[in-house]
Order: sequence, then structure tokens, then C-alpha cells
Amino acid sequence: MVERTAVISPTQAAAGRLKQRYAAERRFKALGISAIALALGFLAMLLVTILGNGLTAFVQTNVRLDVTLDAETLGVDAVNPSADALGAANYGQVIKNAMYKAFPAVEGRAERRQLAALVSSGADVSLRKVLVANPGLLGTTQSIWLTADDDVDMAMKGHVSRQAGAEGNRLTDNQLAWLDQLEQRGDVAKKFNTALFTTGDSREPEQAGLWGAVVGSFFSLSITLLVCFPLGVATSVYLEEFAPKNRWTDLIEVNINNLAAVPSVVFGLLGLAIFLNFFGFPRSAPLVGGLVLALISLPTIIIAGRAAMKAVPPSIREAALGLGASKLQMVTDHVLPLSMPGILTGTILGMAHALGETAPLLMIGMVAFIVDIPASPLDPSAVLPVQVYLWADSPERAFVERTSAAIMVLLFFLAMMNVAAILLRKKFERRW
Amino acid sequence: MNANTASPSQADRRLAKVSARDVNVFYGQKHALKHVDLDIRANDVTALIGPSGCGKSTFLRCINRMNDLIENAQVTGSLNLDGDDIYDRNIDVVQLRARIGMVFQKPNPFPKSIYDNVAYGPRIHGMARDQAELDEIVMGSLEKAGLLAEVKDRLEETGTGLSGGQQQRLCIARAIAVAPEVILMDEPCSALDPIATAKVEELIDELRENFTIVIVTHSMQQAARVSQRTAFFHLGELVEVGDTEQIFTNPQHPLTQGYITGRFG
Repeated sequence: MVERTAVISPTQAAAGRLKQRYAAERRFKALGISAIALALGFLAMLLVTILGNGLTAFVQTNVRLDVTLDAETLGVDAVNPSADALGAANYGQVIKNAMYKAFPAVEGRAERRQLAALVSSGADVSLRKVLVANPGLLGTTQSIWLTADDDVDMAMKGHVSRQAGAEGNRLTDNQLAWLDQLEQRGDVAKKFNTALFTTGDSREPEQAGLWGAVVGSFFSLSITLLVCFPLGVATSVYLEEFAPKNRWTDLIEVNINNLAAVPSVVFGLLGLAIFLNFFGFPRSAPLVGGLVLALISLPTIIIAGRAAMKAVPPSIREAALGLGASKLQMVTDHVLPLSMPGILTGTILGMAHALGETAPLLMIGMVAFIVDIPASPLDPSAVLPVQVYLWADSPERAFVERTSAAIMVLLFFLAMMNVAAILLRKKFERRW
Repeated sequence: MNANTASPSQADRRLAKVSARDVNVFYGQKHALKHVDLDIRANDVTALIGPSGCGKSTFLRCINRMNDLIENAQVTGSLNLDGDDIYDRNIDVVQLRARIGMVFQKPNPFPKSIYDNVAYGPRIHGMARDQAELDEIVMGSLEKAGLLAEVKDRLEETGTGLSGGQQQRLCIARAIAVAPEVILMDEPCSALDPIATAKVEELIDELRENFTIVIVTHSMQQAARVSQRTAFFHLGELVEVGDTEQIFTNPQHPLTQGYITGRFG
């Protein structure tokens, strides 16, 4: 300890080797950094593409029209219209009339039809909502913003050219001219796209929304959580704390690890065979989707749960048993509370995995076109990743941006779940 | 009483608190403890000494059946607590461990509050009818463990935040809270500094009044300081047992002499 050994290497060869060693370390570090940079580059590319494609989907082109809510045109009683009559009234004609009034010069059936096509064919729904909510407006003329057609929307957002006859442009010369006029009058504007977050799927892009898929995903994941959390925790507790260590439990462990690696589409086929064909559960329903997703995330949760319980020091178990606690008391009073953060983290990550799962849901018919918002887990429904898949498959230009918007919403939920997992771990992390 | 023999007579057995006859322990093929006959007297501190791997911890863990937890561990022979067979089929191991408390080598308080650490045992055994009674048990146990003065203002703080010596005394308080008859201590001071060790040794001496204590230790000075009886184990066999003073001043067996004088160990 007193004598200091020479810092300089005794031989020239050793000095050369030392240099090589440092060079190897530098090369290794450089490799690592470039790998990370490459990964970040791809991530940035993905995000830029999605944001670039999808941000515009959060706004929607609207057209302002002076709509005369004329009782005769609507076909309802002018004095005291019933709620049913207001619900079934002819709002489409009212909107058309408002368009004709805005462009009095337009005559002829074909041209008038082109003119009316500037407004979304679903605009009558929003008009109906206005009148049903406030029947006193009947007979008055209101200045109302109505959703524009998706072709108009695309032209206004600059996704397709507004040059007549340009590639991808589906508007006629007349329609483009009318659009210019509307714009000059200030009657065209982009507003927040509420339909995207309040409605279900639609064939018309400007009316298509994610809410049905969000609700469907929520129902599916709730079922998944209800099934696989208790099942997963019970399994891991039994295997980790109670089961004898023998060939059978080894076999079970190997199989659980293997199940975690089975392609998810196989679980979808299993769900099809068991839940749909054997038990006869409803097709396209979040109930079945949730059960299939539970099968997929169960191995993840069991593995995470067992790892979390293994991390509880044996001394805690001995302390509890030494005091005369039964094995079950040891588990419920000490092992489970101490491993719960780990189990919860694993569960949330399993859930996040299940949220993004698509292929098995295609197998059980959750790929159907469903307009209605599901009211219960037994109703047919879409889920977010399948909605992305469906929209990506649609030919309309306007679905391109909506696909990206749906991906953003999906990624948002995934990120939230991961943040929750990290916060849980941070909050309950213990050191011994 | 003949203190020097390694195989006490049948008559002694009735006087002993814990009595072992022909106890063998196998870990799979390994014969870890061989034909041990040992009587532990009530309100004595009995020290088990011997080199590493000699079976003293194994014997200790037989007394409260902690060996049950080890896969493929097998215990044969007879172990009695006040005449009841510890390994009887009808003995409830949970009840047994309430009568025989244990303190471990490394302090292992639960990551809960100091109060909850001590209260855990009484709670699971339903020893207190109301909160006041529980408070009394907890305070009394902390007092007996000599920890009350140090922690009475922070009973809600977590037990793992205490110093090593305090943690070990907390574990002792936790063990005596269930009012056991025997306390087993497995090298309780090996993870503590000399000052904390001195406090724990002092405590052991005080606890002798109310409890029967069996302590495994690597330190012969400790055995000499705290115990009245000492048993020397070697390679799974009980070599010699007797009054501590006699074992350390006048060992009968050459192996004991060799170990005590530091020729091996």
C-alpha cells in the first residue's frame, strides 16, 4: 500500500496493447451511439410522417349558410311540432335551398346537384341536432356553419390541387369557382373537428369519427383487465409461493414462457374456435375481443408477477413465518403488497400491448364496419388499431389524414399507459 | 446434574424446555445433522457454537420447523417442547412458531412502520381485543427490547429507516410481542457493529428472565459473555455440551479444546 507501482507499462508491447484496448472501447461506444442515433432517426421519421399527414385531420372545413328553417319544407307542423316529427324532418332540402339561395345564378338540375354536393351529405344530422335542441328556431333564418364535403375539405387544406383538372382533384370547374366565391365572402373556415371525437365510423370521411373505436377499445380492455389480472396474479402467487418445485411445475413454467411468444393471430383463431363457435358469444363484440386479448396478455402478467415476487427478499418471508403467520398470511400481508408495483407495471405493459393488438381481433370479426357507438361489451364494435387498419384501407384521400390522426390517438393512449406504469414504479419503488 | 455428557438420560428430558433425541437432518443425500441429543433448560441462554457448516443453524431451524420450508429437507428423531412432540402430525406449525420465536442473522424488519412491525404478530394471533391492548403489547415489547426510548416519538416511521442495531432490536421486540416461550437467535449480531452488539447482548441477558433463549454464534467471546450453557457442534455432530464456564475453561473433548483455543474454525 505504501509503495506506488509504476504507472508506465513495463514493455513497449504492453503499451501498444493498451492503446488498442482504448481504441476498441472508443469503437464500441461509437457503435452504441450510432445505433441509438439510428433508432431515434427512425422514430423521428415515423413521428414526422404521422404528424405531417395527420395534424390537419383535427380541423374540418365548414361552410356558413343562411338556413331558413321553414316548417313547410321540413314537413312538420309549424305551430307545435312533435319531437318525433322534428327528428324525421327533411333537413337535406332545407340545406339545399340555402345553397341555392347563396348562389342564385345557378340553374339546371345537374349544376344544382353539384352545388349541393359542396356540403357534406351528413350535414343534415347536425342541423337536426340544432333544431331538436331548440325547437323555437322553427320558421327563422339562422346563419349556421355546416360540415363541408371531404373533397372540399381536401382542396381547402391543400392536400389536392385546386387547379381544375389537376391530378387527384375531384371537384368540377364550377364547384371550384363556387368555392372561391364562398371563400371571398368569408363563408368557408376550418374549425375543430368535433366529429372525429364524437361519432362512430362512416363511409363519408368528414363524418367518420373515432369515438366508437375508443369506446370499443375501452370495453375490450376492461374485460381483459377483469379477466387476466386476477387470473394472472393468482397463477403467479401459486407458482411462486405454493407450488412444489418439480418436473410438472417446470413444464408449466416453460409453457407459460412459450405462450408469451406465440403469434397473436393464433390466439385469435383459438378465440374464434372457442368463444364464437363453441360458446356462441356474439361476433365483433368487445366481450370476445377482451377475452382473446386476455389470453394474449396473461403470460406477460404471470411472468411479470413472478419476477416481482422473486424480488421480495426471502428474509421478509422468513420473518413473517417465524412470527407464526400462515403461508397465505405471509403472501397477502407481505409478498403481495411488496410486489404489487411490479405486478401493476407488468399489467399495464400487458394492457398496452393488448391495446395495440390487431390481428387476433380480425379473426373474431371485429373488423366489421360499425357506425353505432357500442353501449355495452356485447354490442358489435371496432377498436382503435382495427379502425386504423380499416381507414388505411379506404380509398378516399381524406381517410389518409384520418388514419394518421387515429394513429396519433392510439399512440397517445399507449404513451399514457406507459407513463402510468413508470409513475407507479417510481412511487412504490422500495429499497432494502 | 451431570453436565458433561453429550447424551442426557431420559429423566432429564422432563426437566428440559426443549429436548432433542437422535435428531437427524438430511438435505437430499447430505446428512447435515447426525444423532443429536440435546436438552435446553428453561430460562437459560444456550449458545450453539462450532465452525461453519457444522449444523448448528440447522439444529436451530429444526426447533421451530423452519426447515420445513426447504425443499427436500428431511428431519428424523424426536424433538419435544414441554413434552409435546414438535414434529407431531397434529401439531399446528403456526401455533408452534407463535410459541417459539426467531430472530435472524440479518435484521429483517418489514417495510412498514415501527408500530406495525411489532403489532403484526399480535394482530395475526388475535392477542389484543382492542386498540388500547394492542398499544400496550407494542409499547411493552419495545420497552423490553430496550428500544422504546429511542423510537417512541417516531412509531409511524418505517422500520427499515432505523440503524442496523436498532433494526435488530426491533426484530427482537417483534418476536417477543407474540409472547413466545423460546426465542431462537441465528447469529443475531453478525451484521452489527461492536456497540450495537453490546446492546443486543445486554438485552439477551435481560430477556433470560422471561424467555428461554437459544443463540447460534460464531463469536466465542459472545458465547462466553451471554450464555449459561454451550453446545459445540462439529461436522453435523454434537461433540460436547455443558455449562459455559466449564466448556471454556475445561473442555472434555479434544475437538472442543482445539476449536476454543483457535487451532481450527
